[in-house]
Amino acid sequence: MSSTQKTTQLAILAAFLLGVFVVIPWGIAATGRHDLYYTLTSVALLSIASAGVWLTFYIGRINIGQGAYALMGGYVSAILVVTYGVSFWLTLPLAGLFCAAISVLIGLPILRLRGVYFAMVTLVLTEVTRLSALALPITNGAKGMVSIPLPGPLGIGGFNLVPDFATLKTPNLAFYYLSMFLMCLCFGAMYRLVHSRIGKLCQSLQQNEELASSIGVNITLLRVIAYAISSFLGGLSGAIFVGIAQSIYPSSFTVTDSVNFMLNCFLGGLGYVFGPIIGTFLLYFGWDLLFQTGQFQLLIFSSLLIIFMLVLPNGLLSLNPFAGKKS
Amino acid sequence: MSAGAAILEVKGITRRFGGLVAVNDVSFTVAEKQILSVIGPNGAGKSTLFKLIASFLHPSGGEVRFQGQRISGLSPHIVARKGVVRTFQETTVFKAMTVRDNIVIAHHLRSKSGLTGFYFGSRIARGDEAEFGRSADEIIDFLGLTEQRDKLASSLPHGHLRALGIGIGLATNPKLLLLDEPFAGMNHDETNRAVRMVSRVRDRGVTVVLVEHDMPAVMKISDRVVVLNFGVKIAEGTPAEIQRNDKVIEAYLGSEDTSIGL
Repeated sequence: MSSTQKTTQLAILAAFLLGVFVVIPWGIAATGRHDLYYTLTSVALLSIASAGVWLTFYIGRINIGQGAYALMGGYVSAILVVTYGVSFWLTLPLAGLFCAAISVLIGLPILRLRGVYFAMVTLVLTEVTRLSALALPITNGAKGMVSIPLPGPLGIGGFNLVPDFATLKTPNLAFYYLSMFLMCLCFGAMYRLVHSRIGKLCQSLQQNEELASSIGVNITLLRVIAYAISSFLGGLSGAIFVGIAQSIYPSSFTVTDSVNFMLNCFLGGLGYVFGPIIGTFLLYFGWDLLFQTGQFQLLIFSSLLIIFMLVLPNGLLSLNPFAGKKS
Repeated sequence: MSAGAAILEVKGITRRFGGLVAVNDVSFTVAEKQILSVIGPNGAGKSTLFKLIASFLHPSGGEVRFQGQRISGLSPHIVARKGVVRTFQETTVFKAMTVRDNIVIAHHLRSKSGLTGFYFGSRIARGDEAEFGRSADEIIDFLGLTEQRDKLASSLPHGHLRALGIGIGLATNPKLLLLDEPFAGMNHDETNRAVRMVSRVRDRGVTVVLVEHDMPAVMKISDRVVVLNFGVKIAEGTPAEIQRNDKVIEAYLGSEDTSIGL
């Protein structure tokens, strides 16, 4: 990579971080549009879950089941906090790991399927998870779990890293920072993954699994790892959503959400690591902006999506003038 | 038959697909650093035999032993790790990668670092990457693909694709390379080049087993030839012996007499 490209990339990264952590909070404070915090927090969390879906696309699988893991992660966090009094912060990795473990069990048999067959099974998965949440005693059924306390303080060795959210005047802002921080962390990690040899191995799976296995790649292992990472991210984002909403119901994440996670990836571009961020942003704000059109909202929205996919089949980032950002 | 220890033993191998017996009780051995060709009319079971050796299919009966160890029933990537690597009948490469990336990725078996090492860019992983790059460049030059190095595989012409397929095989550092129809669809010159290339692969110390339709090429290149018909081995011997074998001539119905040099 040339040094000018590297400089451009660093400049973009710095501008992005500055914008997210300084300019946007400052702008919101100046204009008093505090509702935007919630919107942007949602975008950040949804894009984390979408990043997982993107990774499964990267190994050549269409994943319409991320909603299932978001729901599972949400319930794991809620149950741990409410029933067992575990700290919210500890439930985040636990929710992710729980989802990753479940996805290994589910993934081992179903990752053998390809194309539309894998997609169908994952689609069903979301519905199965919703129905399980309705039926299991521990999830409190259709009434859901409500009045979940806000995250408590997080400290290491007596030093308070994060204050108790309940004592804050604007927990929205705190959640905003938390989500954006995790989003940056997540996409940084994804960027590294894709640009390391592992990324190339994933591509080799996407392009030809038989050949990959004949050159000695353990395709089963790699598929399961990718799917587990994907589910980890789904569970993590679900758990934070529950922390924000302070409630969870079996219908908190449905098939529609699963489809949206997938659309986010398509919209941003399947060949670009940062595609899910752009895609989520566009989808979320696009939908909100069309709110004015009332009953025509869905019609216009879906028509736009169809046109978009016809005109830019490789996603929005294929317009990107900074070729260096291409994965 | 030239001397040399048997590296591959195929013992009474049988594979049924439902009622169809695709490969029936076939046995032969391959000596180290030899080129053995498997020939036979269409549908004779050559490709099935190939998949059985590379463990992409599991036998219904019999076994394949490589360097004395049973390899039938293992997964393909384990068999590849032991040194038995196949290329594919179709020009199967990673189409959306450059030639160099194709070969670099195919060095997978030689990596000393684990996945986490590659993720965090450990010293061992960086050593691996540098080594793969060097070795890939050497293989690219060896196969005469130097000018195609940074082109996407999808943009290569047929002959170069075949060479790339062999390059991918070589990158795994195989002891036994299985080539599925390496000369198919090539013109005379391309075939001659490919024949020389396969000979040179053998000269690197790699044992080669190939399935092929192109008789003149097979006769030119092979140390030994195994002939299949309807899943059964009907002959085995040196190219000269095969050319004189009545059963073989019959299997090809006489229509291909000229093509096997009679």
